[in-house]
Amino acid sequence: MSYLDNNFRVKIGLAEMLKGGVIMDVTNAEQAAIAEKAGACAVMALERVPSDIRRDGGVARMSAISKIREIMATVSIPVMAKCRIGHFVEANVLEALEVDYIDESEVLTPADEEFHIDKRGYKVPFVCGCRNLGEALRRIAEGAAMIRTKGEAGSGNIVEAVRHMRTVVREMKQLTVLGHEELVAAAKNLQAPLELVEYVHEHGKLPVPNFSAGGVATPADAALCRLLGAEAVFVGSGIYKSSDPEKRAKAIVKACTNYNDAKAVLEASEELGDAMPGLEISKIPEGELLQTRGW
Amino acid sequence: MRVGVLALQGDFEAHMKALKRVGAEPVEVRTAAELDTVRGLIIPGGESTTMLKLMGYYELFEPLRAFGGQRPVFGTCAGAILIASEVLNPSQASLNLVDLTVERNGYGRQLDSRVVSVTQYGLGGDPEVEVVLIRAPIVRRTGGQVLASYLDSPILVDYGRHMAATFHPELTDDTRVHKLFLSKVN
Repeated sequence: MSYLDNNFRVKIGLAEMLKGGVIMDVTNAEQAAIAEKAGACAVMALERVPSDIRRDGGVARMSAISKIREIMATVSIPVMAKCRIGHFVEANVLEALEVDYIDESEVLTPADEEFHIDKRGYKVPFVCGCRNLGEALRRIAEGAAMIRTKGEAGSGNIVEAVRHMRTVVREMKQLTVLGHEELVAAAKNLQAPLELVEYVHEHGKLPVPNFSAGGVATPADAALCRLLGAEAVFVGSGIYKSSDPEKRAKAIVKACTNYNDAKAVLEASEELGDAMPGLEISKIPEGELLQTRGW
Repeated sequence: MRVGVLALQGDFEAHMKALKRVGAEPVEVRTAAELDTVRGLIIPGGESTTMLKLMGYYELFEPLRAFGGQRPVFGTCAGAILIASEVLNPSQASLNLVDLTVERNGYGRQLDSRVVSVTQYGLGGDPEVEVVLIRAPIVRRTGGQVLASYLDSPILVDYGRHMAATFHPELTDDTRVHKLFLSKVN
């Protein structure tokens, strides 16, 4: 199975190293330096943080190359960058730039409304978003070496991240109790390859690390994601749209490590200033939801 | 045998599983109190800057140094950086438990990460060992006994009480490196 070849092991290997950590969205070198200083285990370069994309509208694309270079020159931790769904030339460019991970992301405006990038042929690893197990397994089949549940980026509302993580975890549990004869039908229902369905049936987990994203605004949000099954957390607008980004970034890193210790999360939650303003999901027009992008 | 794995960040779960495979009782360590309950400690791969920050946030730096003065510590990749005496690219604080100068990301970025097979000296059995290097540090100088090298740089070093590896034995099925560490803990 190609999922275990050395190229794929090395891709998953970096995701293993990021576990337990916080990956922070940054738009420039200054923000990247703040993230690294706070203890981020990686940074994600993007043009605008999701809440600004939501506010300003327009087409959101891969970040300017000069910005990504500047970020790569500033920090010693891994640098990820986003490309549009299906935009394999943006991915080629990011690989040529030697970023450490590519996020084929629903936060940017999709370039292809039918197909994602065939990620198997790349040497650089990819992370992709999902809302359920079928979507996760389709992305892994295409070559993603890390999965993150989507949540609703830029909303400051954790409810969708919770829904998506609970859904993936529940659907994995369900597969583990099926009989072997039920797996082909399960694969049909999940719209996912049988061999990956068989993997989850046997191991009760994805063959790649499973992280959480979209809506994390507080240390308690980060700890909640970890307790629901996320092995690490992505934070975007939640940090730079709060009143004191530096402090909040540190607090989220602290809570993500000691997520299981309420006293530690309490300590991380003190004297933080104001969180980013949140959006109620039902108030977001359906056409403006980011999580429904991806096929 | 209770052996701790520093669980601040990184691939500590993979080490927990590897320790189980060699018959140890692995314990996740996040606090000084948990550190007191184990007889040896693995510092896993991950991001050394992140772990260093978390050691500061949770006041673990001095307890870890004191632990290393008494008990065996095995650092893999980021863990090797953290136990080193000198860190380059950029220079950063470390626990200074072993005589080791390492350069972070010495082989390059993720595109230079790789799985290779190298000749080992001192683990017994198969002369080859499979080595997974992920944004690995490169050893520039060491005072320990070199058990394996890749491209003329040491990747596995034995210091008597402690051990350092710039690769990830926890990401392979080969249990020899963890067995060697366990023999030090015993």
